[in-house]
Amino acid sequence: MKESLSSAAPRSKEAAVPLIEMIGLSVGAADSSESALVEEVNWSICSGEYWVVGGLPGSGKSDLLATAAGLNRPQRGTLRWFGKEVSELDEEGLKASRSRVGIVFENGGRPFNHLTVVENIALPLRYHRNRSPAEVRETVEKILQFAGLTLLANMTPSRVKPAERQRVALARALAMSPDVLLLDNPLAGLAAQEARWWRDCLADLSAGHDIVGGQPITLVVTCDDLRPWADQGKQFALLNQKRLMPMGGRVELAHSAEPLLQELLAAQFSTGQI
Amino acid sequence: METNGATANPSEVTRGVAPLARLQQLLDSIGRSIIQFIRTAEGLVAFALITLGVAFSKFNASARVIHPLVRTQVYRAGLRLLAMTSFLACALGLVIIGQMVGLLSRVGAQGLAGTVMVTVVVRELGPLVAALLVLVRVGAGYVIELGTARAMGEVEALEALCIDPIHYLVVPRVAGLALSIFSLTVYFIIVTLVSGYLFAFVQDVPLTPGDYFKQLAVALTWEDFALLALKTCSFGAVIAVVTCYQGLARPLRLEEVSGATTRAVVQSVVGCVLLDICFIVVYLVM
Repeated sequence: MKESLSSAAPRSKEAAVPLIEMIGLSVGAADSSESALVEEVNWSICSGEYWVVGGLPGSGKSDLLATAAGLNRPQRGTLRWFGKEVSELDEEGLKASRSRVGIVFENGGRPFNHLTVVENIALPLRYHRNRSPAEVRETVEKILQFAGLTLLANMTPSRVKPAERQRVALARALAMSPDVLLLDNPLAGLAAQEARWWRDCLADLSAGHDIVGGQPITLVVTCDDLRPWADQGKQFALLNQKRLMPMGGRVELAHSAEPLLQELLAAQFSTGQI
Repeated sequence: METNGATANPSEVTRGVAPLARLQQLLDSIGRSIIQFIRTAEGLVAFALITLGVAFSKFNASARVIHPLVRTQVYRAGLRLLAMTSFLACALGLVIIGQMVGLLSRVGAQGLAGTVMVTVVVRELGPLVAALLVLVRVGAGYVIELGTARAMGEVEALEALCIDPIHYLVVPRVAGLALSIFSLTVYFIIVTLVSGYLFAFVQDVPLTPGDYFKQLAVALTWEDFALLALKTCSFGAVIAVVTCYQGLARPLRLEEVSGATTRAVVQSVVGCVLLDICFIVVYLVM
């Protein structure tokens, strides 16, 4: 039997508390403090949920996720992680909470190019948990196997295909055993087969895979094409005209007449047109 | 033709205004440069203090990751530069030191050889040459590496993994360069002094190796060793802080990385020279 990579204690203890909560939050671009990209976000992400956030390219999806992950400071409003206000956390508290929120960036996932694939995945384990090389190796091998990266273990990310680079980023995020995993447009530019792998993989994680201790992991996915996600996500939201609009579940999604939703479900645009 | 006594001739106005405008432009330019210099100095000092704070507060944190990184930097900025350092040390030993010993012997002042050697090589040439060599071969590379990592979003990826970028990227470089420049300087001084004597020996200078090294030993004081260590480590810290600051302090676009590299090299040279002046004052006071 595979060993669990995560600790179950914090999850059961805080089951009732939203893992991430945004109250009246305004999100700005990472490189600019001027106008807000998304305003008045009131959003609670609870344990076991699988959110899919759709929006046109440039609507602020990436910045919303970066803010949720604590990488961008919100322009206004309150951000809470596991019931605690992020701005009031001390360094240790911030570190403890942030390590439970994983993020996979868009376009290759930003792996560290000076490290090999295996070193990328091992880095957070070695940095935070001070584990022995044997323990790290064992854990990393499981994650490599899960992500289908065993054969690429000793290559640097710049030498692998972009789709595999994205998997490296997922594997690296999973190494921290996060309670919430934020994925920024993970299917962008992927071939159908690779996209299928991602959807299956995320479905496994959402259902509770051995790699995350058999517990359902909370997922938040952004996308600009809702079609692959319509039968995957459990909760849906749209980013439209600087507002985050929760749409409900699959049933509500099927009956909604929201024009942007129809557009995203038909995917009648391409990123090049925007 | 004079039309109105009260109206000034346009050419006179132009002649009067143009120098004023030029003066104003010059003053504007000087003012902007001064403000830019102050801002850069302020940023560098703040970055250095943050680095120092992180280095102390996380002195032994994540040792399994940070210590190998320090060793990598020592290898990169120290061991890998030994060949180049040897070449420069031999060349300078032959060209400068050998000739100087020969000249001193010709005027009957070979008794001053030790003092001159210590002043020229141990106090000045050794630390400066080692620092410049490391700056050119490694420091410039830091700006490119870190600037590219920043441009590619790798720094945000580190933050997302709760890894302090200063602790992971800057502290090992500061420690590595400080140790490397100190070690390279010691190596450079030894090779320069030996090769310099060899050149003098070839020129039939009447100075035995025993006398030569005895003079050196007499001329060296404990302050020389202490200040040499302090100076070389400071040079390493200055170069690492400046290059890391230029690479990391603000988000760079890929096309801005080359400009940041040039700025870092210039600022590092200025920083090392200013620091050197401070040490010269200390030597003079002692």
